[in-house]
Amino acid sequence: MRLLTHNMLASNARGAVTGYPLKLQVVKWSTKEAEPNPEFLRGMLPKIDWPALVAATQALGLPELLPEAPPTDAELSAEGAAADEGSALRRLHRALLEIHIEEGALVCPDTDRCFPISRGVPNMLLHEDEVRN
Amino acid sequence: MCVFVGLLVKGIYELWGQGTTYEELERAVMAYPEERKLPYLTPESTFKIVVDSFGKGRVNLKKPDHKFFVMETDDYGCNNGLPPVAQRTVFFGREVGAADRHLLPTYQLKSRKYIGPTAMDAEMAFLMANQGLARPGKLVYDPFVGTGSILVAAAHFGAMTMGADIDIRVVRDGRGPDCNIWSNFEQYKLPEPLCILRADNNVPPWRPGLKEVFDAIICDPPYGVRAGGRKSGGRKLIKGTVAPYTVPDEKRDSHIPSTAPYSLAECVHDLLHLAARMLVMGGRLVFFFPVVREDGVANPAKYPEHPCFRLLASCEQILSMRYSRVLLTMVKVGPYTEEVEKAAEERRREFRENHHKWMEEGNLHSAVFSPADQAAAAADGKPAIDRDSKPKYRGKYV
Repeated sequence: MRLLTHNMLASNARGAVTGYPLKLQVVKWSTKEAEPNPEFLRGMLPKIDWPALVAATQALGLPELLPEAPPTDAELSAEGAAADEGSALRRLHRALLEIHIEEGALVCPDTDRCFPISRGVPNMLLHEDEVRN
Repeated sequence: MCVFVGLLVKGIYELWGQGTTYEELERAVMAYPEERKLPYLTPESTFKIVVDSFGKGRVNLKKPDHKFFVMETDDYGCNNGLPPVAQRTVFFGREVGAADRHLLPTYQLKSRKYIGPTAMDAEMAFLMANQGLARPGKLVYDPFVGTGSILVAAAHFGAMTMGADIDIRVVRDGRGPDCNIWSNFEQYKLPEPLCILRADNNVPPWRPGLKEVFDAIICDPPYGVRAGGRKSGGRKLIKGTVAPYTVPDEKRDSHIPSTAPYSLAECVHDLLHLAARMLVMGGRLVFFFPVVREDGVANPAKYPEHPCFRLLASCEQILSMRYSRVLLTMVKVGPYTEEVEKAAEERRREFRENHHKWMEEGNLHSAVFSPADQAAAAADGKPAIDRDSKPKYRGKYV
């Protein structure tokens, strides 16, 4: 599961108020390199909840990866950004798309319901008594 | 020479001449203006002539600059159900562009590592991905991803992909470490999906406020003919009268939740609502919709509608005398407003409260598989056959 996915999900179990952001518990994670796609990242950035993404990188023990404020469109469009390892674009790319949580869990902030992540697939299915009426 | 992403147009040809005999054809080609022919007949360029006739094989030579076609319509005694040829006609023309049909043998299901019983046929998946405008930089979502056959086609056209399914065996396990959803993408050297998750489209797991993320939603929802849809919240809904089932705390981690059948109407409602919320404006929703044919035709008045969507195309695929499926292509033309959200919430409540009614009304499986005379009797307004003689369906269709 990439952090992009973490940024999109919430707990929908009964009792959850917003169910978001889900706390990230990591047992095993890995990095898989991928080709950066600046157009895709620029389109996705406005949809990202930045504080939740920063919190997720911190939960992984990578406090240096992202700055407190999201990158600007100009920073993402800067010439050579895709090739420069330390650029805002590459950092965003790494955070959203190259980090994979293999084993762990997503925990609902309201109810502590734990959604397991196994073999990279988060299991968001509810038990029958957790579905809201 | 250009190559189309479309697959149904085989090719486009510049017609140089036609006739009912080769002599007539030769005269026609001679008469065709020289200035239209000479650019393709220079001494430096290579060419090949392909003889293409309906029902006959095609000569295959390597990489010419220009391809010329002699095409012939004639009666070979077998016309594949097409009307008989009235007049033999011979055409000669230059190929302007052709569809890349080579990708069909590459992607055919029989050589794919991991498929399920309802995996989408490769050509159909490509057509669906094209209808959804799957292109580089676009994000395509399939909420009923199964073995990923639709996303494979979308990824081939360069789109980023995401998928979800209620069945954990499919999305996580597959048939082992080298035979699963991910290996299908590896097999064709395609970028893997950004995300595969286990989720129920009836209880979507998206965070509050998230909307307009996907460029296209392309899927084949479970309608209960070959594979029935399931949704969360099993026993409580099936046995409405007994006390709700509570999972004991010590069993929570390993508990496998039971699911309830998912009526077609509710499934389609949830899909349209998901699309209204999660598609960007101008984004496309492409999905199959089952139709019980009345008097041998599909009735477009029964296709689903939504205030946020306009129907762009409907293509019927006839599956039996009584049943067909329609590929619907819709475009999002209206924003996802609070009003739309409230209406959907209202509708969801109704589905929950009248679960049994919806399951019976939308029971396509019995409409498709029940004996014909029974369907005719029901159509005549005669009382339906009593419960005891209700046909029994063999096997499980989950």
